[in-house]
Amino acid sequence: MNKHLISAADLSKDDALLILDTAEELAAVSERSIKKLPTLRGRTVVNLFFEDSTRTRISFEAAAKRLSADVINFSAKGSSVSKGESLKDTALTLEAMGADAVVIRHGASGAPHRLANWVRGSVVNAGDGTHEHPTQALLDAFSMRRRLGSLEGRKITIVGDVLHSRVARSNVLLLATLGADVTLVAPPTLLPVSVGTWPCEVSYDLDAVLPKSDVVMMLRVQKERMNAAYFPSEREYSRRYGLDRDRFAKMPDDAIVMHPGPMNRGMEIAADVADSPRSTIVEQVANGVTTRMAVLYLLLGGESAQ
Amino acid sequence: MIIRNVRVLGGEPVDIRVADGTITEIGTGLQGAEEIVDGRGAIALPGLVDLHTHLREPGREDAETVLTGTQSAARGGYTAVHAMANTSPVADTAGVVEQVYRLGQEGGYCDVQPVGAVTVGLEGRQLAELGAMADSAARVRVFSDDGHCVDDAVLMRRALEYVKAFDGVVAQHAQEPRLTSGAQMNEGVISGRLGLAGWPAVAEEAIIARDCLLAAHVGSRLHICHVSTAGSVEILRWAKSKGWNVTAEVTPHHLLLTDALVEESPNGSYNPIYKVNPPLRTRADVEALRAALADGTIDVVATDHAPHPVEDKETEWAAAAMGMIGLETALSVVQESMVDTGLLDWAGVAERMSLKPAEIGRLSGHGNPLEVGAPANITLYDPGARTEVDPRAFASKSRNTPYEGMTLPGRIVATFLRGKPTVLEGKLV
Repeated sequence: MNKHLISAADLSKDDALLILDTAEELAAVSERSIKKLPTLRGRTVVNLFFEDSTRTRISFEAAAKRLSADVINFSAKGSSVSKGESLKDTALTLEAMGADAVVIRHGASGAPHRLANWVRGSVVNAGDGTHEHPTQALLDAFSMRRRLGSLEGRKITIVGDVLHSRVARSNVLLLATLGADVTLVAPPTLLPVSVGTWPCEVSYDLDAVLPKSDVVMMLRVQKERMNAAYFPSEREYSRRYGLDRDRFAKMPDDAIVMHPGPMNRGMEIAADVADSPRSTIVEQVANGVTTRMAVLYLLLGGESAQ
Repeated sequence: MIIRNVRVLGGEPVDIRVADGTITEIGTGLQGAEEIVDGRGAIALPGLVDLHTHLREPGREDAETVLTGTQSAARGGYTAVHAMANTSPVADTAGVVEQVYRLGQEGGYCDVQPVGAVTVGLEGRQLAELGAMADSAARVRVFSDDGHCVDDAVLMRRALEYVKAFDGVVAQHAQEPRLTSGAQMNEGVISGRLGLAGWPAVAEEAIIARDCLLAAHVGSRLHICHVSTAGSVEILRWAKSKGWNVTAEVTPHHLLLTDALVEESPNGSYNPIYKVNPPLRTRADVEALRAALADGTIDVVATDHAPHPVEDKETEWAAAAMGMIGLETALSVVQESMVDTGLLDWAGVAERMSLKPAEIGRLSGHGNPLEVGAPANITLYDPGARTEVDPRAFASKSRNTPYEGMTLPGRIVATFLRGKPTVLEGKLV
């Protein structure tokens, strides 16, 4: 394993499988009434959040606390960052506090790479701009494995705003590493012009792809895209790329539906579909804590949970 | 003064006699009681002329001043630089251009020829007083909103027409603004992977095509700043084939570096030292730019020397300033990319880094062949040296060079401005 987890591309297949297997072992802990392990006692994990993301922050916070680490939450709002302190100065401050790991969420792509130049501890990317969100991809893979078993050769369809999605980038990289066959479905305006060089297939036709999918992952459509002429209207987007009940019926009977959250119900996903038993959306939240425990454990701790 | 043992444009060794700022004799074994400078076989070039320099004064003296910028220019072998208008206040009046011009004269390291803004405040709405700047002591001939594109087609047409009255030229920063809103790097394979908003080649090419057509329509002179794409080269080749009065420049960094450095470099990923506008492009673009500079489709090399203080680069990518310094490395980079690759000889380098830029800028006192009677603006260059680029050794106030740690060929040995040495033995005089 690398010292940092910044991109899903940092993970070899062995690394990725080790994280997923470790998460599986740690999941047992989460099911106990006392959910705490002493593994990271005395280690300090800083959650450095430059963007509001309560769900991701509390997921990392819960993961670190269950491993007995000391957790410092550093939110950009109301801190020196909002008074103009640079990322470098913030990093040096954290360094002086002796952070063993810094979990960073930042609106600028590449901010975790820059941070890694300035701190000695491990850097974990909790989402950087429109670049990557590797722990999301890991928890998605973990959720898929729990439902489907091995991902080797599985058909996984990711639908939505790929151009601006850090979830899509990390998932494409990690799933390719794990041997799955990924297809991206989106209006052409929401795909990078270079998407043909990615390790996946691309389609503009959701209906054609659904019957062949083992997993359908719907991405959130950001409000600001709706006003920037990427597509004509919310209704047209929903009609062409939304997962409604009729489309859901076209999926194989054992195929699952995923969404990284937060959802726009009625836009990219219908409420019935989101709440169906074949949706993993709530599990994904629980699995997030377990997977992030595995990441922190392996970056800061040891080789195996036992 | 006698400059001994130099090879003019890389030819046979000769001596050059200089008196009263002028070359008075060129020959072998010149005798006289004057001061002697030993050239030790260095190549003698006419003093280099930069069409595109940001000196930052007035307004951003923390990044560069006219004095430090001209010292940097002298260290790079330049005897004249065109100072871009995006200062604070903007160089859009006779008062500001005269101030910048005079600061250059007072420093004495390198002539500073101010570039005037095309529009008031670089805002793209109303023509600046181009005539007043042309008639001022600074005698402005090059007008540019560099940093901003004159994207309004009517305004661009008017500017092209208006400057004809005083033989001016509009130097366009070709960047369609709507296509590049929030753009961070070249749009392509790397930007897609890195999740950085793309700056597509078409945003440059569309403006160049439009402006070539406009310049042809109104019969004006057009210059294109920092051409960066293979497609732009094709359009320029076509415009020139029509006989239209269009010239273009390329920067040293676009001749050597590619957008791959944003993803992976000795300085890490997402290092804003590589953030520049227009952005670093692909290897295919670099090859096309080199070929275009060699065949004359691109007329000149211009540095786009853009100093920034450390804190404006030591940030996350999106927050960082765009630009890189280049005066002190320009000739080395041109040697590396054009001479050592066999694409240009030293006469070709002199043409593209001295003669032609002076002609485009209408600087009669610069860019003259090294002949008897010419002003003694002379650059001595040792192409055999190889040095590791150390920004701490630069005369520029800023350190934002993309070449730090790289080993580049060549070294400026001496620079003479009208016979007066500004650099000797590689050091400022």
